[in-house]
Amino acid sequence: MKEKDNPCHCLEWPYPLLDDQVQKISTDVLILGGGIAGCWAAIAAAQKGVRVALVEKGAIIRSGAGGSGCDHWESAATNPCSRITPEELTQAMIQAHHRYNNGISHYIECREGYDRLLDLEKFGGKIRDTEDKFQGAEFRDEKTKFLFAYDYENKFTLRVWGTTFKPALARECRRLGVDVFDRTMATSLLTEGNQQGARVVGATGINGRTGEFITFMAKATVLCMSRPTRIWLFSPGLPGISEFRPPQCTGDGHAMGWKAGVEFAMMEKSVKGEWSGDRSFPPYGVGNTHNTWYACNMVDADGREIPWVDRDRRVLTDISQRHRPAPGQKLFLKGGGEPDVPSYEFQGPDILPTEELLAEGFKLPFYADLAGMPEQERKAIWGLMVGEEGKTKIPILKAYTEVGFDPEKHLIQSYGEGWQSGGFLPQERQLFGLPGGMVNDWNLQTNLEGLYAAGDQLFAANCHGHAAATGHYAGRHAANYARVAALSTIDNKQVEKERIRVYAPLKKDGGIGWQELNMRITRLMQHYCGEIKSEELLTTGLDLLKDIQKLEVPQLAARNPHELVRTLEVLNVLTNAEIVLNACLARKASSKPLHFRRSDYPEMDPPEWNKLVTIKLENNEVAIGKKPLDYYVSLEENYESHNVDYLEEHKS
Amino acid sequence: MKGKKIYVHPEAAALQPLTFDAGICDGCNRCVEVCQVDILVPDPKKGNPPVVVYPGECWYGGCCVAICPKPGAIKLNTPLMNRVHWKKKD
Ligand SMILES: Cc1cc2nc3c(=O)[nH]c(=O)nc-3n(C[C@H](O)[C@H](O)[C@H](O)COP(=O)(O)OP(=O)(O)OC[C@H]3O[C@@H](n4cnc5c(N)ncnc54)[C@H](O)[C@@H]3O)c2cc1C
Repeated sequence: MKEKDNPCHCLEWPYPLLDDQVQKISTDVLILGGGIAGCWAAIAAAQKGVRVALVEKGAIIRSGAGGSGCDHWESAATNPCSRITPEELTQAMIQAHHRYNNGISHYIECREGYDRLLDLEKFGGKIRDTEDKFQGAEFRDEKTKFLFAYDYENKFTLRVWGTTFKPALARECRRLGVDVFDRTMATSLLTEGNQQGARVVGATGINGRTGEFITFMAKATVLCMSRPTRIWLFSPGLPGISEFRPPQCTGDGHAMGWKAGVEFAMMEKSVKGEWSGDRSFPPYGVGNTHNTWYACNMVDADGREIPWVDRDRRVLTDISQRHRPAPGQKLFLKGGGEPDVPSYEFQGPDILPTEELLAEGFKLPFYADLAGMPEQERKAIWGLMVGEEGKTKIPILKAYTEVGFDPEKHLIQSYGEGWQSGGFLPQERQLFGLPGGMVNDWNLQTNLEGLYAAGDQLFAANCHGHAAATGHYAGRHAANYARVAALSTIDNKQVEKERIRVYAPLKKDGGIGWQELNMRITRLMQHYCGEIKSEELLTTGLDLLKDIQKLEVPQLAARNPHELVRTLEVLNVLTNAEIVLNACLARKASSKPLHFRRSDYPEMDPPEWNKLVTIKLENNEVAIGKKPLDYYVSLEENYESHNVDYLEEHKS
Repeated sequence: MKGKKIYVHPEAAALQPLTFDAGICDGCNRCVEVCQVDILVPDPKKGNPPVVVYPGECWYGGCCVAICPKPGAIKLNTPLMNRVHWKKKD
């Protein structure tokens, strides 16, 4: 390349530019987002014999929060060793979150999660200790070779080899003939007659390498694009680790659903930050007593052993007891339920809070003492869980080993309370744990006809097994719908308007970059939608967001398709911030389980507000609704009446 | 954009998430294809290691290293501020 052709010493764009082209695809079931839920939805729909298109911003082989791994599969209540029924476990999960939970989706998780594990094994995923590495371990079932985590008595969470899962799912999608659109960002939903709230008849997308615009016409659409991020947390230098989830997961599904008229619940819930790369140490890369590192030995600065206690503060003398419910307790849940609002009923063993340990003379810093653990328990944490967990095989297990970390010799430091590894300010918030999302019925359909949702796209959703089970469920219900529904027409005006919106930043020479806009939004949200909220703060926040739309959005500039995708993502962050502010305005009461504090309505959880407050757009105006917390009504009955075909197929 | 030349503008990196050993890497670009954030592009010269054009966007998932068929060709570097302390147990 000659100097004068390339004055900035940049690389020429390596991909063909097709931004003057429109590709048109017609399919039966369209799936947006090819992470865990999306791949399972595609597989289930394809198994029903319909045509399936799967749209993924990254590449399905490893994309999404679960692409790099998963060390524990929760809520497999129907596995042969489980001592708990799907009903009992779902009810426990509902109660542990003070009834702010998605009864439907978690019942599906408890009822079908184990079926998905068995499927995974058929696709080439590893779910058993087939090499007998843990033979004789207390957490191993010798007959099935399953390894269990956390509650060894009830055995509903399995330790798994999750690094094998995503490639196996991707392979199965391709084997079944799913039409995969990697590197394609879905940008909007198309509705019948371009009407908000009408049946969804397709979507638009753009290729992040070629800039090609694609319209998808579909009988049914399934949203699997996870949940919003970067509303309060953004680091312009480290955008990739601004949050816990992969950076391209910006909650695009929420934003496009909102504009199409989808109903949301619990979007007012946000928690004080728990993870972000510029504040926290690498996930699962520090010693603690939670999740991947459960139930590790801990010592203080002098090497003094920190006792584990049960929910009644009874000191537990051996490791086995850390994996058992307390006397009189039926089961315990990992983490005990809602963070900061523990539920005694389901609280499991842990060490005491740091403040109490300091009062008892323990000295900081604390360390995880893998070396002091029995060999099989140590190897289950370091080597299996740290290794198979997402983001651990290379960045933790390999990287630490290469610079000399030896689990048999070293103590590794703990950097924060609980499973966190960093400190946050109260206004630095996140959608973490069980945050808000789309409202679903017993078909996992949203309020819009032909539009389904699964995985972390749903309200009060979380976890790999949940995404797998709900993905499969939504995929097959969408396929059933597609088999009887006709293909509708798409509105060309709607498509053209979207094309203009999508390309606008590419047409500008110089302007505001996506990082600056994201910083603007997070600063604004920290101030107007931080820990303490009020009518005045929230409405001012909304007004300022509107100003951004008017003044700054038209100035956004992107220099190539990659930057264009990043820019469109921040526009979704902007829309998601708007959803959150509206949801916060709609709940005129404070609530503990929702971590929701309004200075103008300080009373916590007044009984008349113990309900889901729902919001959606109707004729571009916010419409507020309500639903009882237990709108799922009867779990078993409803599930069985909606899944006659599935139950018939899975009789054995 | 037709007919217009466009470029990638490699960022001045706050971090160096990936380093390549050009002696081992044969430029197969599997890492380019697996990256869900699309932070790499193939080097214009065939056989060369890819170019990390958006280092700041790295999620540190390590799938690029995991898929690499040539051990040692690509390395994921823990961000300096994220290096964790450990010590010998006496
Ligand atoms: C590091 C880590 C470790 C974890 N470990 C566990 C564990 O051990 N056990 C457990 O139960 N859970 C675990 N989780 C949580 C679990 O991975 C998630 O709950 C699960 O992946 C959610 O599935 P999903 O399909 O909803 O979202 P994802 O799997 O994140 O998939 C969303 C997909 O949508 C794509 N996408 C986003 N926007 C668009 C768009 N506009 N167009 C097209 N595609 C788009 C993304 O690229 C992504 O591939 C972990 C999460 C992380 C981050």
